[in-house]
Amino acid sequence: MGLQALFFYMFAFVAVASAFMVIAARNPVYSVLFLIVTFFNAAGLFLLTGAEFLAMILLVVYVGAVAVLFLFVVMMLDIDFAALRSGLIEHAPVGALVGLVLAAELIIVVGGSTLAPEIASNAAHPIPPIAERTNTAALGDVLYTDYVYFFQIAGLVLLVAMIGAIVLTLRHREGIKRQDISAQVARTPATAVEVVKVKPGQGL
Amino acid sequence: MEIGISHYLTVSAILFTLGVFGIFINRKNVIVILMSIELILLAVNINMVAFSAFLNDIVGQVFALFILTVAAAEAAIGLAILVVFYRNRGSIAVEDVNVMKG
Repeated sequence: MGLQALFFYMFAFVAVASAFMVIAARNPVYSVLFLIVTFFNAAGLFLLTGAEFLAMILLVVYVGAVAVLFLFVVMMLDIDFAALRSGLIEHAPVGALVGLVLAAELIIVVGGSTLAPEIASNAAHPIPPIAERTNTAALGDVLYTDYVYFFQIAGLVLLVAMIGAIVLTLRHREGIKRQDISAQVARTPATAVEVVKVKPGQGL
Repeated sequence: MEIGISHYLTVSAILFTLGVFGIFINRKNVIVILMSIELILLAVNINMVAFSAFLNDIVGQVFALFILTVAAAEAAIGLAILVVFYRNRGSIAVEDVNVMKG
């Protein structure tokens, strides 16, 4: 058993165990933290297969953005999580049954499968040797040429998601002092300054 | 024993199943359901990357990148809807969601 197998089993075991804790943890904050652990170990699995750029992107996008967003929402909303877990036990047997059947089917189907060696010669875009072209550069070679429209659409999806999230959550509350820029700009000395003659010996 | 594609597919199958299981048992908690969906998408990504590596074809990694993009957008929109729903209803229980219809 080589070093690669050792690391594979380590990453796989921790990823699966923490994925289980994501759905089983009592506190959603712990769920988010276990989700982060899962993503870290999935990034390790990506590294083992040679997808270095995706591994780093997984860390940046998921751990840096999505998981922190989850954490932010969990902590911002004041929710009684104990009440939300009340139905957990009664749903667990059905869920476990469905899950076990699904897992058994998937593992039976994919577990014993191997790839014929000649199938690798049919690749649309073969991965160049790592000494010639790094993984990031090789990914860019394909992404910015054959898949440039998909790349643009992905950017559009992110733009729409950003605008949608802002539109959904933005609200103007009444009774809060806000900066009114047009009112500030329209101020004249006549409306802003008052000259008062103060008589000697008297206050204002 | 050499690590082959079936090992990666098995890990991904287990992660996928855990995601589905999480949706089943956490019926009331929308946040955990969203996290389960993230787990399912991660399982899909592991499949894509594993096939990309073992078929020696980089297109799988390109698609994994797109899945990552869509997953990030989905998480942002889902959490935004969750925040709005909590503001209007004061809870995030899934059973109350059907009052949004009509």
